[in-house]
Amino acid sequence: MKLTCLSRGKGFYFPPCHMLNVCGFRILIDCPLDLSALAVFAPIPPGFSAVQDEEDFGHSVGESDGCESGNEERKNIEKPMDAKALIRSEPWYKTVANLHLWNLSFIDVVLISSPSGMLGLPFLTRAEGFSAKIYVTEAAAKLGKLMMEDLVSMHEEFRQFYGSEELGSPHWMKWEELESLPSAMKEIVLGTDGIELGGWMPLYSAADIEDCAKKAQKLKYAEVACYNGTINIKPISSGLEIGACNWTIRYPDGTIAFVSSSEFVPSHALEFNYNALRSCDVLIYSDFSSLDILETANKGSNYTAPEDSSTSSDLEELLLHADESSEEMDKLNFICSCAVDAVKAGGSVLIPIGRLGIMLQLLEQISICLESSQHKVPIFVISSVAEELLAYTNIIPEWVCKQRQEKLFSGESLFAHVELLNGERLQVYPAIYSPKLLLHWQEPCIVFCPHWSLRLGPAVHLLRRWHGDEKSLLIWEEGMDSDIALLPFEPKVMKMKVLRCSFLSGIVLKKVQPLIHILQPKFLVLPEDFRQQIISPVSDSYSVLHYSVNETLKLPTLKEGSELEITADVISRLHWKNLQEQNLSITRLKGNLVMCDARRRILYSDELPCSNSEPPLLSGALDLQKLLTRLSEMGIGGSLQEGSVTTDGLSDARVLRIDAPSEALLEIRSTSTIISAANEELAFHIRDAVNSILDGT
Amino acid sequence: MAIDCLVLGAGQEVGKSCAVVTINGKRIMFDCGMHMGYLDHRRYPDFSHVALDGDFSGAIDCIVITHFHLDHVGALPYFTEVCGYRGPIYMTYPTKALAPLMLEDYRKVMVERRGEEEQFTAEHIAECMKKVIAVDLKQTVQVDSELQIRAYYAGHVLGAAMFYAKVGDSALVYTGDYNMTPDRHLGAAQIDRLHLDLLITESTYATTVRDSKYTREREFLIAVHKCVAGGGKVLIPTFALGRAQELCMLLDDYWERMNLNIPIYFSAGLTIQANMYYKMLINWTSQKVKATYVTRNPFDFKNVRNFDRSMINTPGPCVLFATPGMISGGFSLEVFKNWAPSEINLVTLPGYCVAGTIGHKLMSGKPTKIELDKDTEIDVRCQIHQLSFSPHTDAKGIMDLVKFLSPKHVILVHGEKPKMASLKGKIESELGIPCYDPANNENVNVPSTHFVKACASDAFVQSCLSPNFKFSRRNREYECSHQKDSEGVPILQVRDERIAEGIVVMEGNKEAKVINQDELLHVLRRERHEVEFAYCFPAQLSNKNEEPSDTSTDNLQCPYRKCSLLRALLSELSKEFPQVEIQDFGEYVKVESLRVAICLTDECPYRVGGHPLVGCGSVFLCCKWLSRDEQLVWKMISTVRTLDLSLPL
Repeated sequence: MKLTCLSRGKGFYFPPCHMLNVCGFRILIDCPLDLSALAVFAPIPPGFSAVQDEEDFGHSVGESDGCESGNEERKNIEKPMDAKALIRSEPWYKTVANLHLWNLSFIDVVLISSPSGMLGLPFLTRAEGFSAKIYVTEAAAKLGKLMMEDLVSMHEEFRQFYGSEELGSPHWMKWEELESLPSAMKEIVLGTDGIELGGWMPLYSAADIEDCAKKAQKLKYAEVACYNGTINIKPISSGLEIGACNWTIRYPDGTIAFVSSSEFVPSHALEFNYNALRSCDVLIYSDFSSLDILETANKGSNYTAPEDSSTSSDLEELLLHADESSEEMDKLNFICSCAVDAVKAGGSVLIPIGRLGIMLQLLEQISICLESSQHKVPIFVISSVAEELLAYTNIIPEWVCKQRQEKLFSGESLFAHVELLNGERLQVYPAIYSPKLLLHWQEPCIVFCPHWSLRLGPAVHLLRRWHGDEKSLLIWEEGMDSDIALLPFEPKVMKMKVLRCSFLSGIVLKKVQPLIHILQPKFLVLPEDFRQQIISPVSDSYSVLHYSVNETLKLPTLKEGSELEITADVISRLHWKNLQEQNLSITRLKGNLVMCDARRRILYSDELPCSNSEPPLLSGALDLQKLLTRLSEMGIGGSLQEGSVTTDGLSDARVLRIDAPSEALLEIRSTSTIISAANEELAFHIRDAVNSILDGT
Repeated sequence: MAIDCLVLGAGQEVGKSCAVVTINGKRIMFDCGMHMGYLDHRRYPDFSHVALDGDFSGAIDCIVITHFHLDHVGALPYFTEVCGYRGPIYMTYPTKALAPLMLEDYRKVMVERRGEEEQFTAEHIAECMKKVIAVDLKQTVQVDSELQIRAYYAGHVLGAAMFYAKVGDSALVYTGDYNMTPDRHLGAAQIDRLHLDLLITESTYATTVRDSKYTREREFLIAVHKCVAGGGKVLIPTFALGRAQELCMLLDDYWERMNLNIPIYFSAGLTIQANMYYKMLINWTSQKVKATYVTRNPFDFKNVRNFDRSMINTPGPCVLFATPGMISGGFSLEVFKNWAPSEINLVTLPGYCVAGTIGHKLMSGKPTKIELDKDTEIDVRCQIHQLSFSPHTDAKGIMDLVKFLSPKHVILVHGEKPKMASLKGKIESELGIPCYDPANNENVNVPSTHFVKACASDAFVQSCLSPNFKFSRRNREYECSHQKDSEGVPILQVRDERIAEGIVVMEGNKEAKVINQDELLHVLRRERHEVEFAYCFPAQLSNKNEEPSDTSTDNLQCPYRKCSLLRALLSELSKEFPQVEIQDFGEYVKVESLRVAICLTDECPYRVGGHPLVGCGSVFLCCKWLSRDEQLVWKMISTVRTLDLSLPL
């Protein structure tokens, strides 16, 4: 078994990507897109920022929106990093560059662990020669498809603006253009090592998405899928998102548990089911979220391993202790109060958060807050897929947290937005220019819309509208470089308040060690970055291996030999032979080896050619006295010839001459015997006698 | 190794489905239903057969409920809350959501309307449902380290499932009720091809084979339409869930098309409330209904209203769905009492009615009077229409499923005795699968699969996986007789016949080890002993085209002559043995392990049996071979003996 980490990803929206080799099959785990890299492109229209240069940019459009007319001061910022530096072109999308180093047609299986892990999948499915089997949970496939469709529909705006695609690689990919980029942007385009340019791709089409969705095999929760009879794959909820999962991969010689970013006590998706991952042979840990937090916060002290004496129930209590979740609730409450304050002050609130869970909870919370504050402002959700998304989240009780499942059993809807929609307090529109939206538009208001990169979708237009209004509020996630992200919206004169927040997106560091203690794998495979953070206690039964990006880690063999199952009808046909002196029983086995349900099975087959059955395997030295006795019992007479000449002249051979019933000769050495007879029948008889003395198998 | 199936209910009858299966030491109770036809102790399965001491939690590892109908779930609160079973209970999400509605409805009917003593309370139902673990379709649930269960779509009602259970190498499927054809809102049953030791299947319609559903639906609609057109009232006694939704979709659609405005009523808020559940559980309906979730709730019926008790005697036509089904009591009975005496009214009985209910009495014959109890008698003058479509599979569907799954044994439950016997005979004769139809409290024991576990060496696995190509030339004669067919067939055919061949070694009581033949000697710590055969015999050389004979023996010393001799032998042999491959190595000819060389030694020890050279033209051929080819070699030797190797010069 081999593991190659292709990318450690970047937070919630860009999950890690791995290549796993099991039983000779290549398994790709996740195929995400780094949408934060969109920041290098200018949103459209590119010329709307106050920077209006004398130079004619071909692409730039002279029209200026009403809300910017107030800010007409023309600045000539000398710094290279300004709105002008953004690439004015139809954006390309950044995939995992290392994936392109692999021959896509040699991938056998693709596992998708979350909706965001699916965004790059159409690039694979449309590639020539790609024929891997794709497994994804039904819910993740649906949500992923909606996200991709939304992406394509938002991108359409660029297509309309820039016209048909350029032939070949776009102008911004030329080396001289790349060289002139500000260093921060150059790093986004090329990566820190300068090798990631190959990962950029022009966006797929709606047809590519349809095709991709058709090729994926959708799995129910914890449904076992068997690949090629050899590998059993099972998705287990990870708690990160509706439909998001961890995987158990069982093959004939062991079990692998693959843990991606997981949440113990989420308040929307089905809980992280770690019990299903217990006592696997290999645990691959791929939750980098706690490291991201470490980087942004101060480098914390090492977390000390729990006392070995702590019982597993203590550990479980620790895991399920919801301190980080209550922290999340506090965060949401704070966001709601900020939002309500903003609308009370007459400003509007823009919430471009891409996380479904956060969005659904904010919808619930904000409406409650508004109600209690007796403030009536409309809440809009604007996205091409919003209606379907909201409807879908109410029909998958199998994938929501236990607490919400209880709502199903008592006949209430899973999320409050269903009632909000009925009461028309919540309004859903496919696009910002929908006639109905224009009809019902009212400010101040609260708007949920994509995209969190602030380069695509309704968010760009609304930000343009509100960025000068100090009463308005932008609720935005941590994770993107705000200098670059807000560049088109004049960070210098941006008056709009910005509330940046980060949300829990994985297992917190202090829970990692207890989790491993409970799961008790034989081998633990951790990212290299965890070497400092998690020190394995000496007494532990598992061994720890570390992996780093783009290095192939080979795992030691788990078992001596391979497990085999033999059917009863094969066993009943066996003829056992006891070897007394060695306390052994041996027999010949013949059948069909079949891979089935990730197990090796020997099945009986009556089609096997059995006429020319193998002669027995003989071993040891031939006892001449015994042979003579046996031969005489069979009516074959002969005598040992002393000092006779043999064919090769070697002296260790004994020659036995047979004279009755007819002439024959045996030449006997310690490891071989030559039978020479003119008569077929006699030859067979002698052979039988020799075999019976040699203990043939 | 065996599977024990104890049928506690639905054995040769319909009602109180309950089967306790012991499989490799694990005990599972499939369904825990009640009998609608009885009011005494016979309504529940006789649980004392499960555990005499009453320790049900110790006796049973888990309970599996297939769907929310009372004859499958009705006894569950009694078993958990009154009998005290504390173990896990599994059912699908819709069943967990809808079963309490059914149970509560039933409890109310029993207690509030019939005034019976309470078997279980509303709290009991709530407590019982808390213990239920909801499962998704195809979700593989590990009940404990050995027992694994999995639900498959059964199509009978929303959330109905067949359950697969596996312990070790033994596995079975319990179908519950299922439907092999899709209906208005549900899809058809769907299951994987599984290796099963036992299939326990329902057999409600063990002998019926139904035609197209469309005509039967039309019959129903016409009957209803005729009745309301004549000013009559239509009573459809049905359970709140499942049937009601299907018929309502049908009627609502028909009303729309025919532009009718006669009211359709639901007796209680129950069905309306049930629609809320149906909306959230739309993923469990058919593909067609599922696809509409974004735009319109297909369970939002336009023409349907709530019914009030005061409206029973309101004049004018109407259609009323009233609970419970089968007119076993409650509101449907109350309405029936009022409407049955009028001949313009219609009672439509959907599906199956359990013996003992009024529904059953109406269906069997045409009674004019029905005795309710000692004092009450109802005149029945209204029309009776029996719906012949039902969410159960018909006989063909059962046979199809049994054939598809090809289990080693079949047990029939949930049917009527004579019909079951006929189906049993059909399964045994047509499919050759042993089949049983036990009565209640009978036990069926069937053998189960067991695999022997062994540890295989890498060399063994490698040898199994390595290709084993077999080349065969097409037969000439075949070619002649099958001129037309054989055109596409190449002369040389290659087959890959991989055979797993090795040696099983058992050392004391340790796990068996399977090794490759080559590894055996290492295990035995012995050296191989090779047995070879050798034979040196004269072959005839004719004298035609022959130089003076005295030179021939001398000539043999010359390599060229030796070669040509061997080549002559080779060509003769390949003529005689076209199937085998014969190779020429110059010094010798090789066939499999056989090597044939010209023997020039005068005193060859293998020249046994005393063969003088016959004529000067003869030579000795020295052969050596291994015992695996002995049959072939002896055949060749006898052929060569008769040959005359002419030596062209």
